[in-house]
Parts: sequence; structure tokens; C-alpha cells
Amino acid sequence: MRPAHEPGYLLIVDDNKVNRILLARGLEGDGHKVETAENGKQALEKLRTDSFDLVLLDIEMPEMNGYQVLETCLQDSELRNIPIIMTSSLDEIDSVVKCVELGAEDYLNKPVNPILLRARVNASLEKKRLRDEQRKLFRTFATKEVADELLKTGFSLGGKYVNASVMFADIRSFTTIGEKQEPSDTIELLNNYFALMFEAIIGHNGTVNQLEGDGLMAIFGAPIHHDGHREHAVRAALEMIELLKGFNVEQATQNKIQIKIGIGIATGRVIAGYTGTQHRATYTCVGDTVNIAARIENHTKEAQRPILIDQYTSEGLPNDIEVKALGPMLFKGKQQPIHIFAVKPN
Amino acid sequence: MSIIDQATFHELKQMSGADFINELIDAFLEDAPNMIQNMRTALDKKDVESFRRNAHSLKSNANTFGATELGVLAKELEFMAKENNLEVGNRLEVLNETFGKVAEELKGMRV
Repeated sequence: MRPAHEPGYLLIVDDNKVNRILLARGLEGDGHKVETAENGKQALEKLRTDSFDLVLLDIEMPEMNGYQVLETCLQDSELRNIPIIMTSSLDEIDSVVKCVELGAEDYLNKPVNPILLRARVNASLEKKRLRDEQRKLFRTFATKEVADELLKTGFSLGGKYVNASVMFADIRSFTTIGEKQEPSDTIELLNNYFALMFEAIIGHNGTVNQLEGDGLMAIFGAPIHHDGHREHAVRAALEMIELLKGFNVEQATQNKIQIKIGIGIATGRVIAGYTGTQHRATYTCVGDTVNIAARIENHTKEAQRPILIDQYTSEGLPNDIEVKALGPMLFKGKQQPIHIFAVKPN
Repeated sequence: MSIIDQATFHELKQMSGADFINELIDAFLEDAPNMIQNMRTALDKKDVESFRRNAHSLKSNANTFGATELGVLAKELEFMAKENNLEVGNRLEVLNETFGKVAEELKGMRV
């Protein structure tokens, strides 16, 4: 029995008609939709106008050879994610190795064995589907750039030290809010609220990596390093407050509860990496900076300021962002006082 | 003695299905003379790259159909071109003759 598989939309690139027919018929017989191209130039044109799931690419071709097509695809952010299987004769093994090293998904020897062809194509399509799903999932938490980076580096990588800005945000007196209204209203409120906050964070190159009740944690400057991560974090915070104003106006017109939030940001060296198990993992960071950010966020209520940051964060900001020094604070469990700064909302 | 390796051809037929074997044979019979012609032109122009690519393509197809002898001849020419050597002697004529025999036999193998 053949394993069940989903049909894909495949592009076969080969200058040789016999080879094209052979590959196309084999794959069409397996339920896939197949398009063909006779050379590299034609292949790129088709790849740019249509959305393919997989490419079978010959190496030896006039005009633009398979190697050049592969390189072009890998450098193109739109085409990079389409898996490419190289097809070649046995004596081209050197070129095949080069292609696989460069980033080709797999290879097949010509004349192609039909069983191997089906197996490799279906395996590649399955891998692509999984990657697409993961990418979609990541995209809800992070920028496209970060999602791509996470996929590229994989989850197996160990932790590393990075310099980043860590943000905590939560809704003030949320427990009371939950008691005052219907559960469905509370969940709706949370979902609408998070949608706005995510927009602000992701829009400023941040990655949301934890949600807990009404609270969230976000990282700026990791996993992809940005020199401006302190400014990005603070600008995201300012936008969050701004978006919340609009949100509250909307809530008021519907006679719904209005909310206030507190945001704390700290910057410094953190240990970043994946934590969890095979079944559930998250990109996160740990370390003193994370604790400080959480403490600072907690302090926003007492300080009656929506955005508080530590000194190192404040030092990375341009002049148009107004900050006010609130002096040192000794947090529970910390030996050294932390200098706190309030960011003035727009 | 057949010029087509029957086991390879049988495998190909099974793989492509009886319906498509004719399409494949026709494509080869149409394309191969062009490849040989391209090799002649390339030889005249001393275009090593074009000569090599066409020999490569012909070799690939010959092997697909089990035309072993034709495959070996094409491969030899491909390798000479790879070494920048276009002193092919009468090899192209031998190749063309061999293809003629292959073509005759393949025509008879259409379903």
C-alpha cells in the first residue's frame, strides 16, 4: 500500500524533453499537478508568477544552469522556502554535493527510479508542509525575519548569551475585571488586547515569547540581533499605550470595561534559546535582566507610570523619547538598587 | 543481438506505463537528431561547452532507454569535451550510425 500523501504543485526543470516527460508522467500518476520549464530562465519566470510546492531541477542546462537557478532561489526571500530537488546523472556527483551544500533539499540520480522519485517528492512535500505550518505559527509571535531565522537554525541549538531588551506587560487589576463580567467577555477582551499588543511588538522587531493570563513577555534584539533593540522596545511600549487609548475609546462606546496596563523594560545580557520538550517548546530568555524587567513592570502600579525602564535601556534612546529619572529602587531579592526611569507617553 | 537492453526498456515501460512509452520514444526520436546536429555545429564552431552539453543530454536519454552502446559513445564524447578535447575523429559518425540502429529498433517497440 502506498502511504497517503497530499498532492503538490510541482515544477520540473529540464532541457531534455524525454526527461521532462518521464518525471512529469510519473508524478502526475501519483496525483500531483505538474508544470515544466525547459531552462533556468523559464523556470525562474514561472517560479515568480506561480506558487509551487517543490522544484525538480536539472543541473546541466543551457542559458542558465541548475546551479545558478538554485543560487538565485536561495538568495530570493520569496523563493527561498521552496524545496529544490536536484536531478542529475551519476557522474555529476561533484555538482550534486555542491548543490546540497548550498541548500538543495535532496537529489535524484537519472535515470530516475520511480519509487525513489515518489518517496523523495512526497517526503519533501511533507517537510515543506510542516515548515509552512511552523512558519505560520511563528509568524503569530514574531516578525517574518525571526520566523525564518528560527526555522533555519532549528530547535536543536543550545542557548547562547545575547544582549537584548526584555519587556513585560500586564493589565492592572485584571482579576477584578474577570469577576465583573461574563467569562466570554473576558476572553474576548484578552484576545482583542493581545492582538493590538502583538501588532505593536512585532512591528518593532520584537518577539512575543510568553503569554500568561493577562501578562506577556517579549524580547527585542534576539534571536536576530538589532543594534537598536533598546529603542525598539521603548517605541513598541509607546505604541502599545497609544493603541490602548483607541482600544479604551472603543470599549467605552460599547459600554465595556476599560483597561490600564503596565510595561517594564530592562536591557542586558540574557541567556537565550529553546526551552521545553519535543512536544512543546518556546524561544525564551532567562537571567537577571529578565527578573529585573519583571520587577520593574510590577513597580509601574506603585509608581503610577505606564512605562518604566532600567538605566541601561534609557541610555540607548534618542532625544525625542522623554524619560524621567525616578531614582534608585531596591527590589526584593536584589543586592544592588536599580535606577528606574519613566518614559513619558506621547 | 539487440541494441536496446531489454531489461532496462522493460523497466522504463513499467515505470512510465504503456500509455506513455510511445510519447517517450517519439520525444527521443525527435530530439536526439537535434542533439547530434548541435554537436556537429558545436564541433565546427569549436564550442566545447555546447558540444559537451549535447553529448551529456544524449547520453542521459540513451541510458534511459537502455541504448547502452549509444550511451557509452555519448559519454566518451562528453568526457573528451570536458577535457577540452574536440579531436573526436570519426566518433560522431559512429555515434550517428549507432543512433540510426537504436531509432529503428525503438520504432518497432512502440506499443
